[in-house]
Amino acid sequence: MAKIVAGIACSHVPAIGVAMDKGQTGTPYWEPLFKGYGPARELVAKLKPDVAIVVYNDHANAFSLEIIPTFLIGVADKFPIADEGFGARPVPVVYGHPQLAWHLAESLILDEFDMTIANEMTVDHGLTVPLSVTTGQPAEWPFKVIPLCVNVVQYPPPTGARCFKLGQAIRRAVDSFPEDLRVIIYGTGGMSHQLQGERAGLINRKFDTDFLDNLTKDPIGLTKISHTEYMREAGSEGVEMVMWHVMRGALDLDAVEVYRHYHVPASNTAAALMILENRSAA
Amino acid sequence: MTQSNDYDNIPGTYVYNAERGRIGYALNMFCMSLNKAENRQSFKENEPAYLDKFTLTPEQRRTVLARDWLGMLKVGGNIYYTIKIAFCDGLTFQDVAGMMSGVPKDTYVQMMLAGGRSVEGNRFKDAAKAAE
Repeated sequence: MAKIVAGIACSHVPAIGVAMDKGQTGTPYWEPLFKGYGPARELVAKLKPDVAIVVYNDHANAFSLEIIPTFLIGVADKFPIADEGFGARPVPVVYGHPQLAWHLAESLILDEFDMTIANEMTVDHGLTVPLSVTTGQPAEWPFKVIPLCVNVVQYPPPTGARCFKLGQAIRRAVDSFPEDLRVIIYGTGGMSHQLQGERAGLINRKFDTDFLDNLTKDPIGLTKISHTEYMREAGSEGVEMVMWHVMRGALDLDAVEVYRHYHVPASNTAAALMILENRSAA
Repeated sequence: MTQSNDYDNIPGTYVYNAERGRIGYALNMFCMSLNKAENRQSFKENEPAYLDKFTLTPEQRRTVLARDWLGMLKVGGNIYYTIKIAFCDGLTFQDVAGMMSGVPKDTYVQMMLAGGRSVEGNRFKDAAKAAE
């Protein structure tokens, strides 16, 4: 049977990808951030994942305002890298796992999560930066990837509570897939940041630290944070943290924190990386 | 009728809600077109002519041609879309964030290195005003 072995929370700041692509990770600006990624890469490699479900948001690349799916799953066998307005990132093409992805789509819809299904889509930094952060610069990504997009660009995104429940439904779906697969799930975006308006540059270390602590202490309580509270306390783009609840909902309630890294700034953003492991999968 | 929302009193923040989604659609879809290299080239060659292909309001058109980043948000621009114009200009998110918050680039970069803009005094419009 397939099983979810771990969850990874990871910011997806585009500048982190640019720093890697341009070989700038050792500069005084970037070194403190990247030195915290090394141990995480070892931990992820040890998990030996076959497939990663990456929960992220597209940033006006694969999708525009023409059609705005709240929850979408990519079922293709291959996802090209998007041109986000300055050419595509020089990273490997992303290979999917269509069998598991289609199983997820069917299970989730019958479990009352009305997914949009994408047979063709590109993937942007929201997906590729967390892969780069946690695997480095391999010639091919070391596992198959199922993109799961959440709208956080057009207000309102789905609530944190709804995202958590989607995670629980993903867990049920993975648990019922007959093939032996080791699955990890990424919740990406965040932490505190605001990219727009006169208040751009907002960071709230206290909010972020409490949030990281509560991912293990009180994951259900954490789902009650309103969109307005995210925007007020963690910046307008901090609301991306709802996507972390999808990841968290897919894990055991008593999942354990095995790694944490937090650094300000990555461009305009507080960047975090946390790895949580399921005791049941140990 | 414009609906009031509990997030309206967050200072310096333009939530991309239904109202902005309605008035900003054409502006943002123009920005979306810049994901294609050939469109970026056409835009760079003749900005006014390129903009003629889209049904922007005069004010939306002005903000684009003037690179009035904050102004774009006020007429329905969404930052993930308007940033595509900045990418055309060779600017980064951080450059544009500095311009929107009205400080020189170095000042903004230093603020971020020092831990970012504090939330204290920046939660509510009234408090932000009182702190001035």
